[in-house]
Amino acid sequence: MRRVFGHADHLFRVAGLFLVGLLAFALVRSALVPAGFGRFGHYRAGALADARARPLAFAGRAACVECHQDAADAAKGSGHAKVHCEACHGALAAHAGDPTGHKAVRPDPLVVCVRCHQANVARPASFPQKDRAEHSGDEPCTTCHVAHHPAMGGEEAKKP
Amino acid sequence: MNTDRREFLARGTHLLLLTGAAQLAWDAVARGEPLAAPNYETADHWWAMAIDVEKCIGCGNCVRACKEENDVPREPYYFRTWVERYHVPNGDVEHPEVDSPNGGMDGFPEKYRPGDGSKSFFVPKLCNHCAHSPCVQVCPVGATFESPDGVVLVDKTYCLGCRYCVQACPYGCRFIDPRSSTVDKCSLCYHRITRGLTTACCETCPTEARMLGDLKNPKDPIHDFLRTHKVQVLKPQMATGSKTYYNGLDGSVR
Repeated sequence: MRRVFGHADHLFRVAGLFLVGLLAFALVRSALVPAGFGRFGHYRAGALADARARPLAFAGRAACVECHQDAADAAKGSGHAKVHCEACHGALAAHAGDPTGHKAVRPDPLVVCVRCHQANVARPASFPQKDRAEHSGDEPCTTCHVAHHPAMGGEEAKKP
Repeated sequence: MNTDRREFLARGTHLLLLTGAAQLAWDAVARGEPLAAPNYETADHWWAMAIDVEKCIGCGNCVRACKEENDVPREPYYFRTWVERYHVPNGDVEHPEVDSPNGGMDGFPEKYRPGDGSKSFFVPKLCNHCAHSPCVQVCPVGATFESPDGVVLVDKTYCLGCRYCVQACPYGCRFIDPRSSTVDKCSLCYHRITRGLTTACCETCPTEARMLGDLKNPKDPIHDFLRTHKVQVLKPQMATGSKTYYNGLDGSVR
């Protein structure tokens, strides 16, 4: 028996080193692994809240219609009835939050209308499209068309 | 209860138009402020996207809106979503000509003539929010993950910028943000959908070519869409469990 435990000091030293190493590993790990890591999977649970925390740029149609029901009504029954407001008017969450401080800008028909309605071979054939140069040149589309209800009846037609 | 007529009408409109989550979060939504959606339960949702190729007109609204909503670098080459134009000469589906000038951000200048015996069409692309994402599998640190509600997200504070996921994504949906040197990708507007709003791309799509859907909500119109259309996912042979369903997808699309 004496021979077996005669050199037990070595074993205790190794075991001691192992324990110190284990403790150091546990300390370093708890310091480095962020809180919530692994709660839902192999990632930081707080990353979900981070992803949600971004501010809005687009308010969404419901917010627009709250004040501008007239514009939504004007589009009823037309090809633009289902087009959401910010598709043409741009991101307006700032305006929805502070209607007087952030004014919406009237879109330029020569830019906005053409984005969708300029004739293009790759567009579905059933989609209404015109070659602007041939159809109206530099005349704004709203001279003849009503933007919200794009049948004929624009500013020209309204003149007495 | 002191409720004047205007407030009563506004609340009534909310009840009619908004989902439960959006009603509760409404005041913060209207102010454009971030807010942890109070009653959003990740376990109740499983998000997906349906895209109708036959309705896409290549206007680029989605690309511009995405950049604005998600603060994507404005230069070309950085996109969370983009639109590709396919030109397939005379049924040769093996050799389509594909272009995407500035990701479709500034529209598509006409470069093909009608009646040349070919077909052309637009295909919007975005993260497919795969249920078995190759990008998530290769991340060495757990900086990208599939959320419990089925959205593939990036933890920017934890990303090393090692680029493994950029190479792993079979759909080319990831890029390195030059400002932070960390990866960025479509988050399916997680900050919007958890507040009961739709994504910025769906909000601005004028032809309803894109449709955000919650597969766990039996009343969501996406179920009707998937049932009544012949849909396909991109690269089904890769078994990524893609949740971006395309209607009218041509065999030439990769």
